Amino acid sequence: MRVPILKQGNYLIASIQSALSDYELLQLRDDLAAQVGRFRSKGVIVDVTVLDIMDSFAVRTLRAIAQIARMRGSETVIVGIQPEVAFAMVQLGLALGEVETALDLEEGLALLELRTKQGGSRDSQS
Amino acid sequence: MTAKAEIHIPINSDSDIVTARQQGRALAQEMGFNGSDLTVISTAISEIARNIVEHAKSGEIILNAVNSPGTVNSPGKIGLVVIARDKGPGIADIALAMQDGYSTGKGLGVGLPGSRRLMDEFEITSAPGIGTTVTMKKWKR
Ligand SMILES: Nc1ncnc2c1ncn2[C@@H]1O[C@H](COP(=O)(O)OP(=O)(O)O)[C@@H](O)[C@H]1O
Ligand SMILES: [Mg+2]
Repeated sequence: MRVPILKQGNYLIASIQSALSDYELLQLRDDLAAQVGRFRSKGVIVDVTVLDIMDSFAVRTLRAIAQIARMRGSETVIVGIQPEVAFAMVQLGLALGEVETALDLEEGLALLELRTKQGGSRDSQS
Repeated sequence: MTAKAEIHIPINSDSDIVTARQQGRALAQEMGFNGSDLTVISTAISEIARNIVEHAKSGEIILNAVNSPGTVNSPGKIGLVVIARDKGPGIADIALAMQDGYSTGKGLGVGLPGSRRLMDEFEITSAPGIGTTVTMKKWKR
């Protein structure tokens, strides 16, 4: 199943609805890359609330989404990582690296507001 | 607890990875593992199943419930066993493959060492040209 991507103002919101195969994750990456360009989006939110696991492939793909979006002038925030999922990711040895996270959609949007209002560079402030 | 039949899941493509981890979760749930362990078990299954698809193309995952009978000094326990086996290219240097961050592909190199951390027991046997078998166990707490 294709992950629906909602356009909300300057942002794109991808809400994952069910467990995703590797192929579907790559499709999400490609869809987001295309839409960030088409809509000149300033921010991307990927909502992973329904995912009951995030393994190394999911993490690698989310990192790729954030990197591609950034090269196209857009910030990415992952929202909704469940506590057990976070626990297993840490045990596995996975980090999201550069990718920003927020607890839920609302906080994700607030974070994007902050990032994009400040010119998009989170390295310039701390 | 009566012994259940083993569950065999053929692994040939990326969608079989999803099937394997969901079946693993379902069995673990049936056995009464807690929520955090369910995620841990399905994450390890996902990594080991992906290794079959990525490094060996095809193989199978076998899920099983086991009883460890108690002794005078220790109570019995039940565990979930995951066996992943393939007749792929095998691994020449297992110690190297078990290192964090080591990958011969474009993976993150956490599948084997990370699954060992996630599960209670982890065993790997492999021979070049013959194939690879990973056996992992999680005991119910
Ligand atoms: N089933 C397998 N058959 C052949 N080689 C394997 C198998 N599983 C793992 N390997 C080898 O061990 C390495 C490390 O595996 P892993 O820790 O899962 O990292 P990754 O899969 O990201 O490369 C792989 O890069 C591969 O060379
Ligand atoms: Mg792997």
